[in-house]
Amino acid sequence: MAEQGVAQVWRRIRSMYRIEGNKCVTCDTHFFPPRPVCPECRRKGNLENYTFKGLGSIYTFSIVRQAPDDFKRQMPYVIAQIELDEGTRLTAQIVNIDPEDVEIGMRVRACFRKIKEFGHGGIIVYGYKFEPTMKVTGHE
Amino acid sequence: MSNRVAIAGVGMSKFGELWDKNLRDITLEAGMYTIFDAGVPGSDIDGMVIGNMSAGRFTGQEHLGAQAVDLSGLGDIPAYSVEAACASGGAAVRHAYMSIKSGEHDVMLVLGSEKMSDVNQTEAMNTISVASDWEWEGMFGATFPALYAFMARRHMMEYGTTEEHLALPTVKNHANAVHNEFAQFQRAVPIEVVMKSALLADPLRVLHSSPVTDGAAGLVICREDLVKKYTDAPIYIESSEQRTDTLALHDRKSITTFNSVVSSTKSALKGAGLELKDIDVLELHDSFSIGEIMLTEDVGIAKKGEGGKALEEGITEIGGKFPVNTSGGLKARGHPIGATGVAQIVELVLQLRGDADKRQVDGAEKGLAVNLGGTGATSIVHIVGR
Ligand SMILES: [Zn+2]
Repeated sequence: MAEQGVAQVWRRIRSMYRIEGNKCVTCDTHFFPPRPVCPECRRKGNLENYTFKGLGSIYTFSIVRQAPDDFKRQMPYVIAQIELDEGTRLTAQIVNIDPEDVEIGMRVRACFRKIKEFGHGGIIVYGYKFEPTMKVTGHE
Repeated sequence: MSNRVAIAGVGMSKFGELWDKNLRDITLEAGMYTIFDAGVPGSDIDGMVIGNMSAGRFTGQEHLGAQAVDLSGLGDIPAYSVEAACASGGAAVRHAYMSIKSGEHDVMLVLGSEKMSDVNQTEAMNTISVASDWEWEGMFGATFPALYAFMARRHMMEYGTTEEHLALPTVKNHANAVHNEFAQFQRAVPIEVVMKSALLADPLRVLHSSPVTDGAAGLVICREDLVKKYTDAPIYIESSEQRTDTLALHDRKSITTFNSVVSSTKSALKGAGLELKDIDVLELHDSFSIGEIMLTEDVGIAKKGEGGKALEEGITEIGGKFPVNTSGGLKARGHPIGATGVAQIVELVLQLRGDADKRQVDGAEKGLAVNLGGTGATSIVHIVGR
């Protein structure tokens, strides 16, 4: 299938590895992934690259108990919408926590992980997952 | 001369896991029933539209328009294929509606079909996931049920919706499907069974989710001034509306309301010169039970947050003020993706003609259908009346 192509993953690695998006200077809205046009300002918009800090809180979540083969080994896993501190939301897994302990509002930070492998011997996709922030490390 | 669009006839195949039938069999079956029901000579049909989401991935076959016209023996008329994920069927109805309105076509066959049971579960799940934002949701492990689970968990937090509430659409829709011979599941399911079924993606369970279904459905629609030639019981498409929202669920301000549904329903009611209280029967897109709860609110049957309560009070049962999913809905009639939006109109037409047997809503005159694509990125609303 097309989505197993190397190029399809490679061309998105800046966003997937570093949470690079953009922001519209005109209306001060952040976008992830980067948008080609600000949907509010359209031609009056002024887009600049922006790397998100990777800190936010859980907006909603689910524990996935039936998944396609690519994710079977990780089940059950927590998938969530994270509201980044810049106000933008994205979808990612929550790791380093017992799934039963996850709650809406919990503070999380981005970490770099293997997302999936495309089948046996297929390419490996890396990117962001999120983990609870821990005060001992100085993050909050 | 008014230029309303009329429905001359309807038909559908049996819905279910039809191991002995392929995509062309079910499409042809629905097409034939529809044309017979309409009493339209094949030579009067001057165009055909088919709604389908993903035959290429589910079966390996694309170019379904040409295939359907060829099999039906409809000659060399134009054949159009349209896709809007789970709203592909509604999109086909709307495409035909606009074609007749514009004067380009006079009499059209509208079909919707999907053959889902020929692929394994992984491929079926991946194929359904491409209705959401595959690169930024599905790729990270968000299955389609998980995205609806996101909505359910927020709805529970924001409005106090309970696990009992989540089970109620399933219980109601299965009870309705008992009386629908075309439904995939013609059997009732007690609430305890729903609430104890396996978790798919917390808090959603297997019995909150529509099944994998094969099936097809059809309509013959035409110019108002032609319909009397074919039937004494024409039904009219009073309005057709469509709206779009962000592809990814995480890009929406609120995930407990479908803005696309709110606006398309308002426009459709306005276009038909009606208010919600004039609607007698509804088909609402219950791919997951939380979807029906949210739609009950977004079309205006219940206040925001009180969809579960409306179900509890029986407002949406047959005999209630606003019967929803008398056919059994996506949950129990089945959800062959591209066929669903057409099958919703088939049910409303049967209700308005008084042909719905034991699930008949007495004296129904106006019906409204909401067909959703993805997690609500497309909403298509049709109002039909007699
Ligand atoms: Zn802007």
